[in-house]
Amino acid sequence: MEKWYIEKGDQGDIVLSTRIRLARNLREYPFPSKLSLEDRRAVNELIKDAAMAEGNPEKFSYIEMDALTRPQAVSLAERHLVSPEFASSVEGRALLLTPDESVSIMLCEEDHIRLQVMKAGLALNEAFEAADAIDSKLDAKLKYAFDERIGYLTQCPTNLGTAMRASLMLHLPALTRLGHISRLSTSVSKLGMTMRGAYGEGSEPKGDIYQLSNQITLGITEAAALENLNSIAAQLVGREREAAKLMLEKPESADKVWRALGVLQTARLLSGDEFMELISLVRLGAANGMIDIELEKLNELIVSMQPATLNAREEQNLTPSQRDSLRALAVREVLGIRF
Amino acid sequence: MLCQNCERHEATTHIKRVVNGETTATHLCSECAANLGYGDFLSGFSLNLGGLFENFASERPKGAETSLQLCPKCGSSFKDITKSGKIGCAECYNTFYEKLLPTLQRIHGRIRHSGKVSEAACEENKKLNRIEALRCKLNVAVEEQNYELAAELRDEIRELEKED
Repeated sequence: MEKWYIEKGDQGDIVLSTRIRLARNLREYPFPSKLSLEDRRAVNELIKDAAMAEGNPEKFSYIEMDALTRPQAVSLAERHLVSPEFASSVEGRALLLTPDESVSIMLCEEDHIRLQVMKAGLALNEAFEAADAIDSKLDAKLKYAFDERIGYLTQCPTNLGTAMRASLMLHLPALTRLGHISRLSTSVSKLGMTMRGAYGEGSEPKGDIYQLSNQITLGITEAAALENLNSIAAQLVGREREAAKLMLEKPESADKVWRALGVLQTARLLSGDEFMELISLVRLGAANGMIDIELEKLNELIVSMQPATLNAREEQNLTPSQRDSLRALAVREVLGIRF
Repeated sequence: MLCQNCERHEATTHIKRVVNGETTATHLCSECAANLGYGDFLSGFSLNLGGLFENFASERPKGAETSLQLCPKCGSSFKDITKSGKIGCAECYNTFYEKLLPTLQRIHGRIRHSGKVSEAACEENKKLNRIEALRCKLNVAVEEQNYELAAELRDEIRELEKED
C-alpha cells in the first residue's frame, strides 16, 4: 500500500508533513511508568479491543514492540511512526498502525495512549479532524482520565489540557544557510511554540529539516493552537521561499546544488550525514524549479535511506560501509544516471 | 579534552543538541557515553523531567511540608513526583492539585482547561454529582423521618450506582 509520506501535500515544497498527536490515559490505571509489565499488557489489550472494534473505519494492525527486531523498531522511529524513546525500550509496549501508516497509536509510551495522525504537506485541520474522530470513538469505549479544570490528565504536566501536540516538518535549507534559524527559533519560542531538529527533544537538525510544534496545551483550545501554528508556518514558508530565491540567484549557491546532484548521481559510498546534506541541496533546487525531479521521490529517499530503515529493508544488520554502499546504489537508481 | 562526566578519560563522544536555536555540547569518553545511554540513534532522548519541578521544590519554604501526604491510589508522595518529574496516576492530580498549580502556571501560563472535553468523563461526573445531590436529599428525608421518600431516594441512588 502507498504510504502517506510518499505524497506531496499543500505547501509541499517546504512543509514535508503534518502530525497531530493526542495523549490520553485510562482513569483506572496508574500512568505507564507506575505500571507492572502485566498491567501494561492489560492496558494494551483494553485499548486494542476498543480501537479494533467492529465498525471502526480504521483497520489497525497490532504490533507488540518486543516482537520486533531492533532495526525494525528503530525504523519505525526513523519514519516518525513512534517516538525514539518508544522504540528504545520496548517491553510491554505495543503499536496500532494503519496499512498506509498515517495513523499510529503508541500504547504505554509516556501515556497509555499516544494517538497520532500524519498527513503530507500542510494539513493541520484535516489531520486534527481525523485524530479527533478516532479519539471520540475511543472515549466512548474507554474511561479516560479527564478533569474539568485541567483537561486530559497526562503523566507529564507539560501535556495537560488538550494534550495535543501539533507538529509540522519543515525543510528550511535557505534560511539555514543564511544563518536565520536561531533568530527565528527565538521568536517562535516567544509565541508559545518550539522549533527543533526533526526527531524532537534534543535532536540535531539533519538535512535542514525542522519540527515546528505548539508548546502550550493548557488554557488554549485545539482550534486556537492550530491557527497559531498555521500562521507561523505560513510566515516561515514565505521567508524560506524568498531566501531560496535570493540564494539561488547567486552562481556560487546554484553551483553547490548542481554539485550535490552530481555527487548523489555518481557516489559509490554515501554516509547518512553526507546524504542528508546533499539531498537537502537537491531538494532546494527541485523545489525551486532548478532541477526537474519530483519532490515525492526525494521525500521518499529522505525517509527510506535512514540507517535502521535500510537495515530493516535488508532484514539484517549491515556494517556502516555496506550500508553506505547500498544507500549510494539506491540513490543512483532514483536520481537516474547509470554508468 | 577530558570527559565531562568522569573527568579522567579522553572525550571521544561529542553530543550536540539544538533546541530553539540554542546549541549545547557535551563531551564524554566512550565508557561514560555508553553508561549514559549515548549508544546510537536513540540516545540523548531521555529528558531530565525532574528539572521541571526543581525550581518549584526549592522555592518552598523549609518545613512547609509537615505531614507526608500520599496519593491514595498509587501511593506517590509529592516528593516522588518532584524527584522523577512524573505524575503517578490520575488521582495524583486530585491529591496534589494545589501543590501542582504553581508548576502548571509556570509551564503553561494558564491553569484552566479550554478545548475538547471527554464526553464519557463528563457524563460520569454528572452522574457522581447527581448521586451526591440525592444523598443530601436522603439525609434530609431521614432526619425528617420521611421514610417513604427516603426509600425512593435510596432506590434511585442504587439504580444510578448500578449503571456502569
